[in-house]
Amino acid sequence: MNHDHYSPDYIRNILRSVKTIALVGASANDTRPSYFVMKYLLEKGYRVIPINPGLAGQQLLGQKVFASLSDVDEKIDMIDVFRASEAAEGIVKEALTLSPKPAVIWMQLGVRHDEAAGLAENNGMHVVMNRCPKMEFGKLSGEWAWVGGNAGVISSKRQQLNTNGRFQSLGLGPDIKAK
Amino acid sequence: MSKTTHGFETLAIHAGASPDPATGARVTPIYQTTAFVFNDVQHASDLFALRAFGNIYTRIMNPTQAVLESKVAALEGGTAALAVASGHAAQLLVFHALMQPGDEFVAARQLYGGSINQFNHSFKSFGWNVVWADIDDISSFEKAISPKTKAIFVESVANPGGRITDLEAVAKIAQKAGVPLIVDNTLASPYLCQPFKHGANIVVESLTKFMGGHGNSMGGVLVDGGNFDWSKSGKYPLLSEPNASYNGMKLHETFGGIAFAIACRVLGLRDLGPSIAPQNAFLILTGMETLALRMQRHCDNALTVAKWLSKNKNVAWVNYAGLPSDKDHALQKKYAPNGAGAVFTFGLKGGYDAGVKLVSDVKMISHLANVGDTRSLIIHPASTTHSQLSKEQLIKAGAGPDVVRLSIGIETVDDIIADLEQAMG
Repeated sequence: MNHDHYSPDYIRNILRSVKTIALVGASANDTRPSYFVMKYLLEKGYRVIPINPGLAGQQLLGQKVFASLSDVDEKIDMIDVFRASEAAEGIVKEALTLSPKPAVIWMQLGVRHDEAAGLAENNGMHVVMNRCPKMEFGKLSGEWAWVGGNAGVISSKRQQLNTNGRFQSLGLGPDIKAK
Repeated sequence: MSKTTHGFETLAIHAGASPDPATGARVTPIYQTTAFVFNDVQHASDLFALRAFGNIYTRIMNPTQAVLESKVAALEGGTAALAVASGHAAQLLVFHALMQPGDEFVAARQLYGGSINQFNHSFKSFGWNVVWADIDDISSFEKAISPKTKAIFVESVANPGGRITDLEAVAKIAQKAGVPLIVDNTLASPYLCQPFKHGANIVVESLTKFMGGHGNSMGGVLVDGGNFDWSKSGKYPLLSEPNASYNGMKLHETFGGIAFAIACRVLGLRDLGPSIAPQNAFLILTGMETLALRMQRHCDNALTVAKWLSKNKNVAWVNYAGLPSDKDHALQKKYAPNGAGAVFTFGLKGGYDAGVKLVSDVKMISHLANVGDTRSLIIHPASTTHSQLSKEQLIKAGAGPDVVRLSIGIETVDDIIADLEQAMG
């Protein structure tokens, strides 16, 4: 598939269907995206499992850190790759050894590896590259517009407040059909 | 760049403007408040550290303003926008994010007189040095580039003469120099011209003019094209280097394609403070819903008036790119095919004195310093908007002593012509 552009529906289906995200390259430094993207996803209700060999066994944002994907002893729906592009192929190969196999490989903003993507897709996985799940959740929920962002979606439906009912926290919203 | 398959008119109404999530209000409410409560201490900390989306304080962001920003970003085809108090404030924040004292930028001479003043005087007091170039000699932009150059600035449709800039030619020079091309799109509005399609990296505009369109609210905006690599050259440390006021966060690395708009908000707007009033954001939003209808009528009326003037015995010349005989007509067909805008200049054979008489004797057309109103407007730039310039600068800016500038409104076109005719007689 074309990885230069993703439809809002493609991204929404992924963010709605996954429950457990393994975040490879999670950081304990709170100014790094690899820290606060994890924090954001946790706040939106996802189960996030941090992967970082240097922090293995420690707690990060209340979650136990694992050294590798293979060490995780529960089902992973999506792998969020917070590593250099060159690392993506190895991560996909490791993902293919997991059972059950994760449904989604997500490579962060600035991370793209077309061969790794092809390998994942040939094995039935969905792939997103060079995108940030925090930004994409923000676009679909309407939060993106709070910082003046062009979300690329229009809707006559009221956005859903997140489960805590607070205005400053929006959920993924009702169906927003982009042509 | 964000992609959409919706038409311009649809975006002008719907982009950014879903029903209000808190109340269900269908029209964007005016959030007339200075501040927003935090959910808890952790939420406050996350907002201040840019770890979470959310509202803090109306100097930096406001939900009414946010709808305006995402609508402008969609209409321009950019990734994000920042709305501020005026077009001048937008320019201030753009250059604040790019320039260090001693740096240079290259600007076209053919600019709004207020911008010429801002660049020549106030910006120089910050050590931001303008080097002038000329849209009639595109190579003058290349010659003006030096190792200190941080940006190139032009207007798409240039004030006051309605000149059309060859954006793609200037963009090539900017790309070669590794600097962003900033385009002031005020007189065209995104209905007529979308500079990002022609190689621009940043768009600024006065929302006071055609975007709001009704002469009732001040506002300005900057739009991020999301198409410039701020980290590549090391020339833009505010964007590429760890920021001390955000615990060492690197804005470009963190915010990617919206990093420039974010930097202007969380550094420039935070520290310099020219925020837009929520009430003004609301009025401009209301105006923008009809931008396409108004802009087309502005252009159609302007072309009719320009044709009438060009055949009038009292008129020495008419500069309107929509006239087939105009030297910019081919560029207009390329960059602003729907019309050449509403603002243009002409000269009376009677020179300075006849110009003064005309602006004094009009009865319906308003003599004032603005453009882009529903009302037709007239001004004599040499004695008003451009009066701070020397005679040589006046002529170079297309505002010589005999020049009268019109901003044609959306009244019945026969009434506009009748008023000009009686005032010339």
